[in-house]
Amino acid sequence: MTEINPQSPQDVCDAIADAKRDGVRLEIRGGGSKSLIGAPREARTLGMSAMAGVVDYDPAELVLTVGAGTPLAQIEQLVASERQMLAFEPFDHGPVFGQAAGKATIGGVIAAGVAGSGRVTAGSARDHLLGFTAVSGRGETFVAGGKVVKNVTGFDLSKLVTSSWGRLAAITELTLKVLPKPRTSVTLGIDGLDCSNSCAAMAQAFGSNAEVSAAARHHDGATIFRLTGFEPSIAARLVMLPKVLEAFGTMIALDPDQADIFWRETGAGLALKGDVLWCIHVPPRQAANVIARLEPFSPHWSLDWGGARIWMSLDSGEAPVRGAAEAAGGHAMLIRAPLSMRQAIPVQHPRLAGVAALEARVRRAFDPDCIFETGRFLGEEVAHAD
Amino acid sequence: MSIAMPIPDASTLKKRATIIAAMREIVAFDNVIDDIDALRPYESDGLTAYRQPPMLVVLPETVEQVSAVLRWCHREAVRVVPRGSGTSLSGGALPLADAVLLGLGKFKKIIEVDYEERIAVVQPGVTNLAITQAVEGRGFYYAPDPSSQIACSIGGNVAENSGGVHCLKYGLTTNNVLGVELVLMDGEIVRLGGRHLDPAGLDLLGVVVGSEGLLGVVTEVTVRILPKPQTARAILLGFPDAERAGACVAQVIAEGIIPAGMEMMDKPAIHAAEAFVNVGYPLDVGALLIVEVDGPAAECDHLVAEIDRIAGENDAVTRRVSNNDQERLSFWAGRKAAFPAVGRLAPDYYCMDGTIPRRRLPEVLSRMEQLSEEYGLAVANVFHAGDGNLHPLILYDANKPGELAKAEEFGNDILRLCVEVGGVLTGEHGVGVEKRDLMPEMYNEIDLEHQHRLKSAFDPLLLLNPGKVFPQLHRCAEMGRVHVHGGQHRFPEIPRF
Ligand SMILES: Cc1cc2nc3c(=O)[nH]c(=O)nc-3n(C[C@H](O)[C@H](O)[C@H](O)COP(=O)(O)OP(=O)(O)OC[C@H]3O[C@@H](n4cnc5c(N)ncnc54)[C@H](O)[C@@H]3O)c2cc1C
Repeated sequence: MTEINPQSPQDVCDAIADAKRDGVRLEIRGGGSKSLIGAPREARTLGMSAMAGVVDYDPAELVLTVGAGTPLAQIEQLVASERQMLAFEPFDHGPVFGQAAGKATIGGVIAAGVAGSGRVTAGSARDHLLGFTAVSGRGETFVAGGKVVKNVTGFDLSKLVTSSWGRLAAITELTLKVLPKPRTSVTLGIDGLDCSNSCAAMAQAFGSNAEVSAAARHHDGATIFRLTGFEPSIAARLVMLPKVLEAFGTMIALDPDQADIFWRETGAGLALKGDVLWCIHVPPRQAANVIARLEPFSPHWSLDWGGARIWMSLDSGEAPVRGAAEAAGGHAMLIRAPLSMRQAIPVQHPRLAGVAALEARVRRAFDPDCIFETGRFLGEEVAHAD
Repeated sequence: MSIAMPIPDASTLKKRATIIAAMREIVAFDNVIDDIDALRPYESDGLTAYRQPPMLVVLPETVEQVSAVLRWCHREAVRVVPRGSGTSLSGGALPLADAVLLGLGKFKKIIEVDYEERIAVVQPGVTNLAITQAVEGRGFYYAPDPSSQIACSIGGNVAENSGGVHCLKYGLTTNNVLGVELVLMDGEIVRLGGRHLDPAGLDLLGVVVGSEGLLGVVTEVTVRILPKPQTARAILLGFPDAERAGACVAQVIAEGIIPAGMEMMDKPAIHAAEAFVNVGYPLDVGALLIVEVDGPAAECDHLVAEIDRIAGENDAVTRRVSNNDQERLSFWAGRKAAFPAVGRLAPDYYCMDGTIPRRRLPEVLSRMEQLSEEYGLAVANVFHAGDGNLHPLILYDANKPGELAKAEEFGNDILRLCVEVGGVLTGEHGVGVEKRDLMPEMYNEIDLEHQHRLKSAFDPLLLLNPGKVFPQLHRCAEMGRVHVHGGQHRFPEIPRF
């Protein structure tokens, strides 16, 4: 189908009115880095790339306002120039699909709730979106939240629109909280821990005064811990952490380049071969159970967030991943899969009936005519709609 | 002074006896309070200027009872107001004449603490401080620390998305809650979030936090707990004026330091606090900053030295670093006593809660001074300086005719000013009834309609906590306002921030 490239919120309103009139659905698209996630769809594309640019950036206020179509890479560069960062460490999905990085936009990152390894201590995308302007499925422009770091005025729609996958509204502008980039970062690793010991070590580290900012287990077997902050603090914690984890083995400091590769790979589920890639969210102590259950299917896996996020790749679609995730009190999202599997298995873990109905009511509140329901999430749109 | 509340529904009032009987079928006889005198303690929350005895109070003890109460009320179209500890400063738990006040006070259990996963699962009536007390033996704590923490409930914290002095570094309630069990107005029980980190679908948990009791009744909360920092140190800084104090704050952050807390007081607040607690605050300064850092000892030592240097570069005239916990606490003592201290300067005070971009602070302060002259009412200021959250305290005497109304108008002007300079109406106390009618200052009708439709998706009949958050322009009755004064505040034992 066709692609429309609005230049202003008004254009977005018009596009929605047109879609409604023409009886077509609209797929909001930032850079398209995640377009292979979900079922194939028949929809007109609403390309947001023209809604780009920095509207306001005041480093001392820790606040950045940008157009939703602004490339993530551009924002990262900008904030880095002020020694700041997006503390939720969003990543570009391109490489997950074997494509080059650089396409992801900030709007897409927010709409998909993308966060990297720092999530346990720094929070996720949801925790850093302060406010936004958007056009809902009603074709109306609205604002929510604010442009200051502390605000409880009205419902916190910023949380809702984050990870809503473009099913509530087309975000045109957003205001993010930025934070200072840690002046120093050191990665320590312990080799050879099995999943269960790795998770135990990560839990121990997070629960200690060594204040690790991230902990993950690389698919090659290294359990890695990141210490970030000011030099004197790191020096102290470099002594503390190996003591805290003494029982788990010897810690070695990683070469910074090696550490970067490890974090990039565990943070985004990269370098896991196999056609099918799942992202499994569980209470961290359950990670080992999930992996044990799926062992017969020879998974490749890595752990992030202290075990709360499992990236798992498989050669086929037969493994009962959803069952294992559910038994562990979590859920599984299908990230990468062959077309036939994407046509049959919903991306998002099905919710219990009560929550599913509530979600449907919320979606219809923003998008009564199902303009943004493209079939990507496999038919959920009609479920329980009033 | 009066405030418009939804008109009591005559048919509901008429069937009060039936409602009481029905509630007693669901909860224990004594857990329904219907005696007029016994209802009085519930007639207001922390915003005591507004009072209204509820039609009746129901105190369920299980989620099944909450569900049954709501289902019954839903079927009979009876309004419900949820209440935790009643410390809201925005009137969020203000009863309605025709509504059941649903108290969560009996939900007092800490259900589970999991130190390995660093979470606690608690019932909504557990106080904020009780969570920390339950886990501190193992070296953990619950980070958000509203100064009402000895009294306020975690359910109320979730509803208000409460913050505290340490939320600059550790976040508000929303950043520290992983899951809730929620009962919808029709009695349906849902679980949002859990012990894992991201939701499978829409982040409904994210909107329930901060929803001020309008979306559902929280019956269980899973929070994150953190290891208690090894050390904390504070530094007390005096500046000739707020401008230079503000510049110091900006430079601290620009140099990459996010302190655990960063509090500012203006001259009237400093003087009031010092007169009250005598902790040696400098009286010849225009603004006082208390900055606290926490973490490993080496980190704290490094950071206090850095902050001290930055303060010097910004013309601080007083610079004192705490060398032990006793000293640190003495720096805080005046700040913690600031509200009651200011309270001694006048029979009454009114606490505001706007947020501004920090860079606009000098301008906001000078305009506030102008307003103070225009209204003929004094104002003292304490702020959460790191995040620009202001707490102007307006001094007035409610016994003087018209002065309360004047204080409120002054307060409204301050909040309008906050919005005008790019800030917001409330940083942590919530909209409630207090700021409800100012919402159009920040959001236009379409914005508000989008929020309101979310409300309808959760509660289509609009029975849960009506009259709060959204401007009430239609179909409203004027409700009389009473007030207390002369230091007779509710919760006198709570330190105020
Ligand atoms: C002296 C003093 C100091 C304060 N300091 C701070 C501070 O530093 N920071 C700060 O953020 N706030 C502060 N507050 C405000 C207040 O304490 C908080 O808003 C607190 O979270 C309210 O909790 P509560 O249990 O008293 O709730 P209540 O006052 O009973 O209710 C508040 C709101 O929450 C709803 N509610 C309560 N329980 C539930 C539930 N289980 N499910 C659904 N809805 C519910 C109510 O309907 C109401 O809308 C202070 C208040 C006082 C009196």
